Amino acid sequence: MFRRLVESKAATVALTVDGKPVSAREGDTVAAALLAAGIDHSRTTPVSGAPRAPYCMMGVCFECLVSIDGVGSRQGCLVPVCDGMRIETQRGKREAGR
Amino acid sequence: MTRATTKASDLAAAYDLAIVGAGPAGLAAAALSAGAGLSTVVFDENPGVGGQIYRAIATTPVADRTVLGEDYWAGAALAAEAEASGALIVTGATVWSLDPTLEIGVSIEGAARMIQAKRVIIATGALERPFPVPGWTLPGVMSAGGAQTLLKAQGLVPLGRTVMAGSGPLLWLLAAQILRAGGKIDAILDTQPRRNWLPALAYAADFVLSPYFDKARRLLREVRRQVTVIGIDWLAAVGDDKLREVAFGRGGSERRLPVDLLLLHQGVVPNVNLAMAVGVDHAWDARQLCWSPVLDADFNSSVAGIAVAGDGAGIGGGTAAAERGRIAAIAAVRALRPEALGSLPSEQGVRQSLQREEMGRAFLDVLNRPAPQFRLPKGDTIVCRCEEVTAAQVRDTAAMGCEGPNQMKAFLRCGMGPCQGRLCGLTVTELIADARKVPPAEVGYYRLRPPVKPITLGELASLPISDAERKAVER
Repeated sequence: MFRRLVESKAATVALTVDGKPVSAREGDTVAAALLAAGIDHSRTTPVSGAPRAPYCMMGVCFECLVSIDGVGSRQGCLVPVCDGMRIETQRGKREAGR
Repeated sequence: MTRATTKASDLAAAYDLAIVGAGPAGLAAAALSAGAGLSTVVFDENPGVGGQIYRAIATTPVADRTVLGEDYWAGAALAAEAEASGALIVTGATVWSLDPTLEIGVSIEGAARMIQAKRVIIATGALERPFPVPGWTLPGVMSAGGAQTLLKAQGLVPLGRTVMAGSGPLLWLLAAQILRAGGKIDAILDTQPRRNWLPALAYAADFVLSPYFDKARRLLREVRRQVTVIGIDWLAAVGDDKLREVAFGRGGSERRLPVDLLLLHQGVVPNVNLAMAVGVDHAWDARQLCWSPVLDADFNSSVAGIAVAGDGAGIGGGTAAAERGRIAAIAAVRALRPEALGSLPSEQGVRQSLQREEMGRAFLDVLNRPAPQFRLPKGDTIVCRCEEVTAAQVRDTAAMGCEGPNQMKAFLRCGMGPCQGRLCGLTVTELIADARKVPPAEVGYYRLRPPVKPITLGELASLPISDAERKAVER
């Protein structure tokens, strides 16, 4: 969905997304890194299980919620990437009352 | 000094002035207030300063200045001035609570602190007006502001078949920026209603005399020369697991375009969450079709010691936001350190600049007012993205006698998901007003309460507590 401008020369940052290696750039947020890597949906909704992707990129829509280094439901658009970061996408309906 | 590395434990217990938001209003206010000797702290939840308009101003990888344009780069001076002023600017800092005693709850990298301020300026800016069309939740549909953030902060441009839809200055500016960056836009679907021209003409004189006029003319010419622009009065994003097509038309016609990315925008509205949660009075703005705080000439709100500056005070644009921030900061200095007033820029001059910057806005507001069908959806169109509540559900529940958004929450859970109504609140208010045939002012808005951003139990547990507090609950 997005490509990097050729002039972008930021250093590479190594992440894992659901256990698979993904390369990002310094200065990326988690949500930007997912979009740049072509990951076309980053979670499914807790209500119907519908796929969603980052929408606003400015911290208001909460569509980019992911688990980062073991902490769930973080806003990926507000968190800068760093080397070795573990990102897990959040999938499946909520299990309230289980 | 900007310290991305400032920790919660590094914060002082109290500051003269706390500013929430490091966009143009927050930066301008900080520079002036710290320069006058007030201990000043600025919190912003984003990774860098600049807010949305000057997003990533200190770090953008887009080196060619013509891509983002000189209006963007003007933010560099504002950021530098704030940095040099001695204000403590903390990025990555999420303010989740503010109460009428001016105690602020803030989280930085998973650790929370409560700090006390003598004055507060809420400079949390604007967010994009909801654009609830069928399919707007599909992956592949984004807000234009989101795409602009990706361009400014990461140097990312759309790849594949890209369509933009909506109205308002930001849509055209982003189109120009994408084109200058070497990106391609397959079509712009223009939702600006033709019938807006007549009422807008009443405000045209000010607009023609304002700097907006020349900028708008050049921008429209630049974009129209390179992209097909199609006037539409309906729009739908179509796809199953992701966006496949965009369907649109005017006057009953229907066309479809295969598309990978659809960027939506129909103006911006004040981000009211923090101000409403602390109890600041708001009123319905019938021209801008949104809630705006009730403020005096110094941008003081109904809560003593709290001012609201920038676009959060009613949409005025980035340069007006900076002037509003300065006026609010001068008021803070007058209240806390009047002996320093002499060192400040002339208040008269700032007010004149603000008046100049706000000129022409009324024309843009009226001309770009979104048509009812793009604000008042029908049928299966999702209104509340978090809880997946549809327009039909909201309309049916209103028809059953549900009178306001807070009752609607109890019926449908709309506004109760993680975004706390930011993406559905205006739509729900307007839908209920439409069903009840009363003005939105009578319907009201969600009752907002802290925490205005989610915090973890771990963050709460990290708050320092005194021995007395510990003993009060320990057995």
